[in-house]
Amino acid sequence: MTINDIKNHLDAEVLCGKEFLDKEVFSACGSDMMSDVLAFVKDQAVLLTGLMNTQVIRTAEMMDMICVVFIRNKKPGEDIIELARESGIAVLSSSKRMYEACGILYSNGLQGQAK
Amino acid sequence: MSDSLNFSYLVDGENFASAGQASVQVKKELRQLGIAPETIRRVSIAMYEGEINMVIHAGGGVAQVNVDDLGIEIILKDEGPGIANIEQAMQEGFSTAPDNVRSLGFGAGMGLPNMKRYTDDIQIDSTVGVGTTITMRVNF
Ligand SMILES: Nc1ncnc2c1ncn2[C@@H]1O[C@H](COP(=O)(O)OP(=O)(O)OP(=O)(O)O)[C@@H](O)[C@H]1O
Ligand SMILES: [Mg+2]
Repeated sequence: MTINDIKNHLDAEVLCGKEFLDKEVFSACGSDMMSDVLAFVKDQAVLLTGLMNTQVIRTAEMMDMICVVFIRNKKPGEDIIELARESGIAVLSSSKRMYEACGILYSNGLQGQAK
Repeated sequence: MSDSLNFSYLVDGENFASAGQASVQVKKELRQLGIAPETIRRVSIAMYEGEINMVIHAGGGVAQVNVDDLGIEIILKDEGPGIANIEQAMQEGFSTAPDNVRSLGFGAGMGLPNMKRYTDDIQIDSTVGVGTTITMRVNF
């Protein structure tokens, strides 16, 4: 699945990182707790979250993730977008809720565990 | 690499939004040095957790990173309230973080266990009312 496929599956808006839409991703995780992401994630490239602050982007950067999807129609401020740009992370915003967003991606083949 | 390299950062305790900047900077420096990505990730996560802790629990501090022939050493020093019971603080799920910290996505009580998991060695030196110094090593 590419980031562009995620955008289409989730009806998402691309807020930055259009140049990364063709990048392929193999697994994702969804969480609002950054310390859980830091503890349990391994090699997942995509983070879905309802949390909205700069630490979401820093957490993604620390984990070498390449795409953050803000769910529940959250629109991050310019500071968050700017940080994502600097870090080379694509940011998407979708109106879907967490359960639905994860379910859609999972059933389309995006796994929870990296191989 | 024969000489050791040292980086030092002030961690601002007043500003949650900027927490993690030192870790981001270290990650960039280590990439420049051509260090293996998996090693960099371990250092990044451990240091980031420690840096966040300094901001949310200790009012900021100083981070120092030393790179030598054998690996990377991270020293996080603060003059916060200290940790009364280190063994308890190391347990997964133990947290004294208030609700406002939890609403920021932290306070699951996973930071210190993570720091231990991702590093080869961790020493915690803490005195209540004086401060905390955490020294971690990630070997190449
Ligand atoms: N630098 C510090 N100064 C004072 N107390 C600390 C410091 N670091 C950790 N602690 C104490 O140890 C507890 C456990 O820390 P830990 O990082 O494991 O969890 P947390 O920070 O509460 O939550 P999380 O890391 O999951 O966001 C903290 O709640 C706090 O009471
Ligand atoms: Mg912590």
